Amino acid sequence: MVGGGVDQTDNAPRPRMPLRPDGPANRGRPPLSNGAKRGIVPAAGCGQSKGARLPSHSPSSLRSAGGPSVVALRGVAKRFANGTLALEDLNLAVRPGEFVSVLGPSGCGKSTALRLIAGLSEPSRGEIIWDAAGRNGRDRAQAPRGRDIGYVFQEPTLMPWSTVEKNVSLPLRLRRTAASEAAPRVAAALERVGLASFRHAYPRELSGGMKMRVSIARALVTDANLLLMDEPFAALDEITRFKLNDDLLQLWQALARTVVFVTHSVFESVYLSRRIIVMTPRPGRVFAELAIEAPYPRDEGFRTSAEYAAYCRRASETLSKAMAAAA
Amino acid sequence: MSVPDRGVNGERWLRVVLPIATLLLGVAIWHLVVRIYAIPPYVLPSPEAVAQTLVADRELLAGSLGVTLVTTFEGLALAVVGGVGLAILFNLSRLIEYSFYPYAVILQVTPVVAIAPLLLIYLPTPAAVLACAWIVAFFPVLANSTLGLNSVDHNLADLYRLYGASRGQLLFHLKLPSALPNILAGIRIAGGLSLIGAVVAEIAAGSAGAGSGLAYRIAESGYRLNMPRMFAALILLSIAGIVIFFALSGLSHLLLRRWHESAIEREQ
Repeated sequence: MVGGGVDQTDNAPRPRMPLRPDGPANRGRPPLSNGAKRGIVPAAGCGQSKGARLPSHSPSSLRSAGGPSVVALRGVAKRFANGTLALEDLNLAVRPGEFVSVLGPSGCGKSTALRLIAGLSEPSRGEIIWDAAGRNGRDRAQAPRGRDIGYVFQEPTLMPWSTVEKNVSLPLRLRRTAASEAAPRVAAALERVGLASFRHAYPRELSGGMKMRVSIARALVTDANLLLMDEPFAALDEITRFKLNDDLLQLWQALARTVVFVTHSVFESVYLSRRIIVMTPRPGRVFAELAIEAPYPRDEGFRTSAEYAAYCRRASETLSKAMAAAA
Repeated sequence: MSVPDRGVNGERWLRVVLPIATLLLGVAIWHLVVRIYAIPPYVLPSPEAVAQTLVADRELLAGSLGVTLVTTFEGLALAVVGGVGLAILFNLSRLIEYSFYPYAVILQVTPVVAIAPLLLIYLPTPAAVLACAWIVAFFPVLANSTLGLNSVDHNLADLYRLYGASRGQLLFHLKLPSALPNILAGIRIAGGLSLIGAVVAEIAAGSAGAGSGLAYRIAESGYRLNMPRMFAALILLSIAGIVIFFALSGLSHLLLRRWHESAIEREQ
């Protein structure tokens, strides 16, 4: 494969970045030389001008503060009860309709960030803002609990005692949607993931990839605008993963949803997303953003292109620097 | 394909035939020992004598079997309701669990033979016998149900939370189905134990009781040195225990066969 810098988690040497000041106000800032490269947008603090020394938690430093966002995290920190600091001063915004990947090493707080957005966990510090301008149309600062979020876990997380159909209809049943209204939506969601003929099957009768499709159908069934995916394909074999990557992109384009995709795979993030948010190791902060400007629809041709390889190399380098910066 | 097929079928066939052959062999040895050593029936009755008693005393024995079985099933039913109910309460409230769990354990570890005489003093005999059956059967249901309810997939629980599930939905749609294999395992153990509890209490009640369960018949036959009837009653008790076990296993299989690993036959 191209760009072999994915797994520089622990044993890679971590040289000090000479250009990076170590003051607390500059934490989370990538090396300055890096920001000049095309496509790499420094995270907090460096968005407006390289010289501006804004503290990274300042709202004005939020790169996407100008545009509308579905949800934004501002200065979010999360410390667990056991004292572990999972996230420290995390700033990121999710824009309507985009496919954004959150890339980082294992244990960097990616999943924690996703759980915070979903409202499954409360931030220790900072705020999560639901933009009234977004298509969710909720009150600001009010998480649309049990409403407009679809969540896909790393495991399929299906109820083994229920059929595929019952599993997919779960969100609707929990909201007491009338059966007459739920049935066509369940059928449509199953149709979308290509499992219409398996609706009476039990999860144990399905392959790993099919279970994951059921899980995706369940996330789609509520017509949630925001889809949160936590390394959904990490446990699948490569052939299945490629297939599901393509199917996911098709769904995303057909349905015009916003997707936040957490992954530790450089290749997957480059292939899927329009924007990659690279995080530092724990405590997680945004290290840099990387725009993937390749047009959609993306397919096998893109996966084998020089452009893809170049993006992968750049993403790998950025990830390595994020690792090094944390040392 | 035909070769492994025959192997699987052959093994299944052996699993039925071998225990029966062992049984027949045992009965034959029993018969020969009684015959050769001319053992008197008040020491060891022959298999024929036991069989004759089973037929001759069938009305008496069937009535007694009925009494014991009713006690057993009542005890089991109360244990299931009480055990699962208390497990749900424990699951809903840590405070209730901390308050009561130690006493459930104490009830379990105190030998029921030691409790029975006390219960027989305070309660009418049928109620005391039922209470004993319940005490022994209750704990495995409680312990297994508690384990099951606490072992729910965290991600699934999160999913329910995400979609704003009520406590009732969480309990009936997620926790109880997820705990069902454990609950059924508890019930399967409890079925046999309920019979044991009923028998122990009947024997403790002895001749003083108005009850006429099978265990009472055993005690009574012992006093009268009616060994064939003792054996007949014992055989009926064993058969009752076996039937209860297989009935509950069947129920468990029926409820889990669609989805649970324990009930699924793997392709070889």
